[in-house]
Amino acid sequence: MTTMREAFGKALVELAGRRDDFVVLDADVAGGTGAHIFREAFPERFIQCGIAEQNMMSVAAGLSTTGVIPVVTCYAVFAAMRALDQARNSIAYPGFRVKIVASHLGLDVGPDGPTHQCLEDIAIYRSIPNFKVVSPADPLELAKALPVVLDDPGPVYLRTGRSPLPTFYPGQADFQLGRGAILREGGDVTVVAVGVMVHRALEAAEILAGEGISCRVVNMSTLKPLDRDLLEECARRTGCLVTAEDHNILGGLGGAVAEVLAQTYPCPLEFVGVRDTFAESGEPPDLAAKYGLTAAHIAAAALKTIKRKR
Amino acid sequence: MKPDESRLAELAAELRKFIITMNCCAGSGHPGGSLSAAEILTYLFHQELKNFFPAQRDDPARDRFVLSKGHACLGLYAVLAQKGFFGVEAFQTLRQVGGMLQGHPDRLKTPGVEFNSGSLGQGFSFALGCALGGKRQGQSFRVYALLGDGELNEGQVWEGLMFGAHWRLDNLVAIVDYNKYQSDDLCCKVTALEPLMDKFRAFGWQAREVDGHSFTELAQAFAAAGKTKGKPSIILAHTVKGKGISFMENNPKWHGSLAPQGEERLLAFRECGCSLTGDRA
Repeated sequence: MTTMREAFGKALVELAGRRDDFVVLDADVAGGTGAHIFREAFPERFIQCGIAEQNMMSVAAGLSTTGVIPVVTCYAVFAAMRALDQARNSIAYPGFRVKIVASHLGLDVGPDGPTHQCLEDIAIYRSIPNFKVVSPADPLELAKALPVVLDDPGPVYLRTGRSPLPTFYPGQADFQLGRGAILREGGDVTVVAVGVMVHRALEAAEILAGEGISCRVVNMSTLKPLDRDLLEECARRTGCLVTAEDHNILGGLGGAVAEVLAQTYPCPLEFVGVRDTFAESGEPPDLAAKYGLTAAHIAAAALKTIKRKR
Repeated sequence: MKPDESRLAELAAELRKFIITMNCCAGSGHPGGSLSAAEILTYLFHQELKNFFPAQRDDPARDRFVLSKGHACLGLYAVLAQKGFFGVEAFQTLRQVGGMLQGHPDRLKTPGVEFNSGSLGQGFSFALGCALGGKRQGQSFRVYALLGDGELNEGQVWEGLMFGAHWRLDNLVAIVDYNKYQSDDLCCKVTALEPLMDKFRAFGWQAREVDGHSFTELAQAFAAAGKTKGKPSIILAHTVKGKGISFMENNPKWHGSLAPQGEERLLAFRECGCSLTGDRA
């Protein structure tokens, strides 16, 4: 298993060997985001900004006007909150081609505790005009997504992660910005998951299969623009859904899916996520167990939403 | 080239007239901090900036000007109109739906505007990014950022001061429009800023202090900044808030967002030489 941050650093290096149009900015957390791997390989394309995320965001905006694509690396809490005004007004409003890459997402952060466990970034970034929001589910998808994110002409918020994740994503599949992917077919219920919750959703589908329930699993790795067509099709096909995210249940993937279904094909929907509370220090699996983010929790939510079908 | 000071003085006077015209057309805006910067903007746009013309608005070699104190955009719009980026008829649309002149600068709507400033501190950091990018790309353009004194309350400015010195951005000049007033009151009453020159020098910048209404002193300061190597320059320009309109001078009320009405409007028109009369300019 590879950590998402390590996968990010390696993917940057691999890309940098093929294209010289981007630089990487860091706020003294390169070891945490994986950017240190890039720094070792391409020191002249690495810009250390110090622990000054607000300045870093606006500097990136300025850099983007001089013929390079800035890749701003940061922990999600700082990208989404400390420097949010800068991301909005310096980057999103003028529409600059700046890529913000955030590690340290949700309870997957673990022992560093609630100050560093970002539970709000999906809700925040998807509400900012011009930003696209991408959250790959495994190291392979991250490597596929990175060049697509760089090629996009506008601002993108890309979520990586921290912990090791199993590699399950089909290696031959191309990453398509704005498209969800069906990873497992099923007809009784759909689980729409993002990030670290995708492999847990696949585990949940196995659990449900043992009970005779056929569960479709969708990896919704683009959170904005959301794949509305796929969501509507899932609703029509399975008649009920579950969303699964390592994020607050308010305003994230669950909220986004509910917004779409309310307008397209209303049906029972259950939300797996952190239930509007700050968590605590602990190992990620222990936190997932305590705060309701395991495969068993997803399976339970699936049974609940199935029961609500008329 | 030695500046033609009488010509610059005429342009600054016209700039003040444009500021008051726009302010009265919109019925709002920030006249005080626009008027205080009239000579600074005039000098920069008519004497200092290179390769900055409407025909070259996307030229990678153009010098960059960033109005970090974005609320003073009346001054920026006035000088861009002087430079021919758009006609004075655009003044009528300031702050109006569908207009090209927003309440704070918008680079996508207004030709000649480099950055969407208004959230204080961000324009300065943006300018630092432009300067760093210029150096990395081997380009010789220079970057100028105009900050307000109240803006120096923002922590981001001091992050930027550290960043600029660390990266030795000698292709950048920051100018502080030190008119001594911020939105609520005198800067020294809101949050003490002094000793500013000591602070700038301690942060590693080449700092100079000038009368921000003197073209002679501005010329000397920009010439010296252009020769400074290895560190960025900052010019602390002492100015008068509301300069040129008697009742606006040194009165925080005229920070904004408002416009003079009735007798005050007529007085403002007389003092800046605006030929328009009546309640609607």
